Amino acid sequence: MSGPASGRRRKQRPVLKVQDLAVTYDIQQGGLLRRHTRPLNAVDGISFELARGETLGVVGESGCGKSTLARALLGLVQPRRGRVLWLGEDLVGLDEKTLRKKRKELQIIFQDPLASLNPRMTVHDIIAEPLWTFYPKIARVQVEERVRGMMKMVGLLPNQINRYPHEFSGGQCQRIGIARALVLNPRLIICDEPVSALDVSIQAQIINLLKDLQRKLALSLIFIAHDLAVVKHISDRVMVMYLGRAMEVSSAPNLYRRPLHPYTSALVKAVPIPDPAARRRTATSGLRGDMPSPLDPPAGCVFHPRCPYAVKRCEIEVPPLRRLPQGDWVACHLAEELDLTIVKSG
Amino acid sequence: MTLDQGLVRQLTRRLLGVVPTLLLLITVVFFLVRVAPGGPFDTEKALPPEIQANLEAKYHLDEPLLQQYFRYLGQILVLDFGPSFQYKDWTVNELIAQGFPVSLTIGGVAMLLGFVFGVGIGVGAALRQNSAADFTTMGFAMLGVSIPNFVVAPVLILLFAVYAGWLPAGGWDWSWRSAVLPVVTLALPVIAYIARLMRGSMIEVLHSNFIRTARAKGLPERQVILRHALKPALLPVISYMGPATAALITGSVVVERIFSIPGLGSYFVQGALNRDYTLVMGVVLFYGVLIIALNVVVDLLYSILNPKIAYEEL
Repeated sequence: MSGPASGRRRKQRPVLKVQDLAVTYDIQQGGLLRRHTRPLNAVDGISFELARGETLGVVGESGCGKSTLARALLGLVQPRRGRVLWLGEDLVGLDEKTLRKKRKELQIIFQDPLASLNPRMTVHDIIAEPLWTFYPKIARVQVEERVRGMMKMVGLLPNQINRYPHEFSGGQCQRIGIARALVLNPRLIICDEPVSALDVSIQAQIINLLKDLQRKLALSLIFIAHDLAVVKHISDRVMVMYLGRAMEVSSAPNLYRRPLHPYTSALVKAVPIPDPAARRRTATSGLRGDMPSPLDPPAGCVFHPRCPYAVKRCEIEVPPLRRLPQGDWVACHLAEELDLTIVKSG
Repeated sequence: MTLDQGLVRQLTRRLLGVVPTLLLLITVVFFLVRVAPGGPFDTEKALPPEIQANLEAKYHLDEPLLQQYFRYLGQILVLDFGPSFQYKDWTVNELIAQGFPVSLTIGGVAMLLGFVFGVGIGVGAALRQNSAADFTTMGFAMLGVSIPNFVVAPVLILLFAVYAGWLPAGGWDWSWRSAVLPVVTLALPVIAYIARLMRGSMIEVLHSNFIRTARAKGLPERQVILRHALKPALLPVISYMGPATAALITGSVVVERIFSIPGLGSYFVQGALNRDYTLVMGVVLFYGVLIIALNVVVDLLYSILNPKIAYEEL
């Protein structure tokens, strides 16, 4: 099965092609006696494609496997099966040394900006370290020039170059993180909830910064978040994940206007609307219950126990992720029959 | 504020704080040893009262207690611990000058071994967390922490001195052969303790977010450990080492007795048994200064290892 192709830039060859990626953790259970391990499928058969300069948003509740997906793409955790084709080369199963070389091209920005920076290193050293690693013979002056350039690019004052991370605010720390990720001129950046630890006003600044940089540097982005409103502003397409699986992959405007999957619809409706009148008109059909344990996923469609439209078939047969005529992808048996259009007042 | 100015100011403040601590120490010890029953010139046969009186007059023991106390304080100011009451013709300064180098050598080498092997074993175990090697070394480390040195020392003597005959069973002649057994006896529990500390803190550091970042940067694992993980993981070890070093180079009392080593520890024990007031006071004060100094060193090391601390009050 080939994954959902990029929408807007479909004619280009994708830079990243993910096929049937699965990551399993072994969970230890039981006390001293009767100890046994059970597999937890954190990511279970994810496929997608990403074009140059495109942004794929990934959303889902916490525990749905978003971060594991990010780490598996970079080889920070080992997938159990599947392929991650970067410019046609499979990254899965590469030895550590070769994989490390790929870090020049694939980078990641983490969620907790301060904790992700070594508190004993100055900003200069944090940003310069990838340069030292990949270009050991590079001259000191050149490194400093490059570091200052990166700091300016992400909106930090170059005269703060010798400060330590704890002297910066959260938003500034994330700018350091972005500069660090960009210093090697990568082509793909995975943003693992880069703004969820920041104030709303700072969130907007960081997202706009990422958008600017993406346009300037023709970056491909994978933007992971649990906040749909955040993802909407930056993504070309959005993948909705639930219990390690893709429920829907749609272009961002379609996803918010006419979701294809009941889960997407519930998520979109759950985004607070800052207008009481509008809120009353879009009657909330909140989700029932909690996400089941990924240790013990439901049979059939993993979403069926919480789905308001579930029929007998959903409890037995796993719906494949399939492409609908308009080009978006969905994993739901009833996609053609349901009309989940979101009614919003102008 | 630059780091150096901060360090200087910190150091000055710490040194000023030492004065009241030492004064308190002097006062408590001075009166405590005199409260203990018996005196320095008690012998099996009672001395004639004239001789007793002469002796006491010579050492000013006939003066009122407070006067003795202030006399002692005056001596301390010029770093004179006075004459020993028991080792005739020796001053306490001379006894310390003779015993301390021995204790310092044994304790210092033991601490060095403890640090090098402890950190090495701890890091190794942390990198192989929950493997058979990890469980085995940590099991031995637990043993090393729990077996007291008065058990280890005789066993080592039996094995290496009595049965194998490779090393002397005791005594001290500044040769490496006479140092091996006491140093190993002192080092074993330190190695074990530091290994456990290091393993724990290394595992914790390796799980922190900035280590994940270092890996994402594409650093080789060796660099991740050496450049990013080692320093923060060393912090608990450093803070343990201050008091531990003081204990090792001063408090090897038991080990020095077992191996009959003429170190500071044996003078301390002897002095206490003999009611040798000046000797006990001198050694205690010396220990006190040493412990305080080592703690200051640890705090300084801390602020070098952790830039955040330079800005916080110590």
